[in-house]
Amino acid sequence: MSTLSFHDVRVRYGSHTVLDDVSLEVADGQTVGLVGESGCGKSTLARAAVGLAPLTGGQILLDGRPVPNRGRRPVQMVFQDPYSSLDPRMTVGESLAEAMPERLGRTARQAEIARLLALVHLDAARAADLPVRLSGGQRQRVALARALAARPQVILADEITSALDVSVQGAVLNLIRDMRRDLGLSMLFISHNLAVVRYVADQVAVLHNGQIVEFGPTAQVLGAPRHDYTRHLLAALPGAVPLKEQM
Amino acid sequence: MRAARVLLRPVGFAGFGLLTLVLLAAAFGPVLWGGRAAAVDTGNLLAGPSAEHWIGTDNLGRDLFARVLVAARLSILLAVAATAISLLLGILLGAAPMLLGRRLGRLVTSAVNVLVAFPGLLLVLFFAVVFGVGARGAVLAVGVAGAPAFARLCHTLMAAVSERDYIAVARIAGVSRIRVLLRHVLPNVAEPLVVNATMAAGGVLLTFAGLSFLGLGVQAPSYDWGKLMQDGLNGIYVHPLAALGPGIAVVLAGLAFNLTGEAFAAMFGLGDSPGRSRSLEEPREPVAATPAVPGTVLSVEGLRVTIPGPAGPIRAVRGVTFSVSDGEAVGVVGESGSGKSLTALALAGLIEPPVRVEAGHLVVAGEDLMAAGAHRRLGTSLAIVFQDPMTSFNPAHRVGPQLAEVSRFHQRIGRRAALARAVDRLRAVRIREPERRARQYPFEFSGGMRQRAMIGMGLMGDPRLIIADEPTTALDVTVQRQVLELLAEVRRDTGAALLLISHDVSVVTDVCDRVLVMYAGRVVEELPAKDLRTLARHPYTRALVAAVPDMDTDLSRPLAVIPGLPADPVHVPAGCAFAPRCPLADDHCRAVAPALVAGVACHKATEVPV
Repeated sequence: MSTLSFHDVRVRYGSHTVLDDVSLEVADGQTVGLVGESGCGKSTLARAAVGLAPLTGGQILLDGRPVPNRGRRPVQMVFQDPYSSLDPRMTVGESLAEAMPERLGRTARQAEIARLLALVHLDAARAADLPVRLSGGQRQRVALARALAARPQVILADEITSALDVSVQGAVLNLIRDMRRDLGLSMLFISHNLAVVRYVADQVAVLHNGQIVEFGPTAQVLGAPRHDYTRHLLAALPGAVPLKEQM
Repeated sequence: MRAARVLLRPVGFAGFGLLTLVLLAAAFGPVLWGGRAAAVDTGNLLAGPSAEHWIGTDNLGRDLFARVLVAARLSILLAVAATAISLLLGILLGAAPMLLGRRLGRLVTSAVNVLVAFPGLLLVLFFAVVFGVGARGAVLAVGVAGAPAFARLCHTLMAAVSERDYIAVARIAGVSRIRVLLRHVLPNVAEPLVVNATMAAGGVLLTFAGLSFLGLGVQAPSYDWGKLMQDGLNGIYVHPLAALGPGIAVVLAGLAFNLTGEAFAAMFGLGDSPGRSRSLEEPREPVAATPAVPGTVLSVEGLRVTIPGPAGPIRAVRGVTFSVSDGEAVGVVGESGSGKSLTALALAGLIEPPVRVEAGHLVVAGEDLMAAGAHRRLGTSLAIVFQDPMTSFNPAHRVGPQLAEVSRFHQRIGRRAALARAVDRLRAVRIREPERRARQYPFEFSGGMRQRAMIGMGLMGDPRLIIADEPTTALDVTVQRQVLELLAEVRRDTGAALLLISHDVSVVTDVCDRVLVMYAGRVVEELPAKDLRTLARHPYTRALVAAVPDMDTDLSRPLAVIPGLPADPVHVPAGCAFAPRCPLADDHCRAVAPALVAGVACHKATEVPV
């Protein structure tokens, strides 16, 4: 695994600046949580790292070299909506095989598919199923397995649990923690849910209006926030402070 | 089997039947009747219909019926070839933005848009002149002229598919553009394309007949239906069948293609599908009418909501009984498929046939919603807030008048007074500059503001109950808090009761006095909100609470998970619906459904350590 670093990344659409000189480092084997409100540029940062959003300025480096934005990316992304991220016409096995870096023989391919499915705690028999036969949580596991199939150096997870039911969310979060422990993955974990980020991330970056306003170890940022906006976010959590209009 | 069902319907049967006949004629016509169609009979020139020659003979005495049958092959081949050219060119042009990149793609798309604006026939004639007279020229002309329409269709379909995340995923995985097109895009747009191509083939057939009729298409000695019509036209007053015969053939073949296209559309579920107008066949179970609980603003007993489905009725809500006292805040939590949102819709009287609502009684603000016309009498005593504030406003109308409409309809007050009240209500829900905002359209509001305006709409009258279905799910956490505070404030000011439906346990415990937990269409536990995290007795409630990480979750241990999958609402098990996922379940749980007794529906409630 490797280090992904954003240097003064700027993304602009027309006159609208989405990301304004964002610098951030996802260190080797670390999970960095990225939090902020919708529209603050969280997803754009991830999309820029895989070449889906054009940079207006700055650069994104993987171990000191620019991330290639054609061909197979060494940085893989998992998306929010598990119902949109799998091709409905391809079986789970075909989707995984497509992401593999080298063309394998039939038996080697099947073994690799079984290995990947086992990594995400799915039965190897699922390889023959079409996505329509899977639940949301199972689809999201397949999406994770597909990202792993490309043998990435860094994984970007963009709100991967927010479309899932709470009981399924727990299983996916456990999986993320297992994978980091077993595979030593470097990961940028994007979420608007502070409790979820607290559970999986080593470090947290707070993004507000296209700028990183606070970055540091999770316990420090969420336990003793220094920036007003972080405090504002924490205070808004349900149960954090009693509703002031409560009867 | 869906395909078999479509085939057995009149459209499918007629379409595929006709098409089979037409294709058989095209395949075997020249073999079977070729000799007869070419046999010159000088003693029988331009004869009328007879037993020997059913629709007469032409100027060389050849049998016209045989010639119509023989002409089927050329006519169909030309039509199919031209359609194939249109389709292929259309796909290439439509995929241009995907293959060539944004700038070049935009150029191609604009060119296509200009071409679509030209009348089709004009294009056909133009290209017919360019490519020259004759069968080959006509095929190219009709094919090229049909391409812009297909390009437009392909472009629209592909644009929708390329928005999907799996396209982005494939690109990140390094799949080339052409492979993305072939493997991911085309298979997912194939169905509407096939339908359109089939229908277009019918139209192309007609165009060919027209071209040949004008003398621009097939040239002698070859002949297609259009050519036969042209030949027969000279004698139309003497032997009408000589021209009408090939004309009827064109109509039949055209119908064959069009009806087949319709059948395909039904098969792929694009058009009006055969399974859609299904109704519930099973008879209603008699429900004993019961009186409402006195002193409540909402009282419901034995609420059942059943949806007709292809695999049998979906029992989404299976007997829900509860009541909400005046001014009380009650939360309903559950995962997707638990029936919580359908419960809310049923309580608001917003469910229509074929979905069936049954209840012993369903009384909201003193009105029995099971009685006819109750919804109108309910008027403004009930306010509703939905999850997606974008779809709950009409995007084409300004916000102020939309709020005012409520008062004009229910309270019969004048336009100006209603608008003044709308502005006042917008101010009450803390929207700044309410006069200016009232003149704006919903899209000019942020998500949180729209949700406030929606609450403001509920306050146009004098609500006794507010039903809020996931009101903050689409909102950011900071905005969520503002909306929840607003709901609490509205309750304090108006004394209205609140029924808050949410998947988020922490939102419900924050706002509500009492919580109902739903699983597989039933209330499995009912308890004070403050006890939800600590004193829950149902294993599902406990698992649900434990599965959600909060700011105090132990980081050293894995999160609790609920094994297995939610109950299938078509085949709900006979016993406790949660039994297959429950660590405490035994044979009794699997056989007998537990009733809600003393706030919990669980045979094992007494065994659960609190």
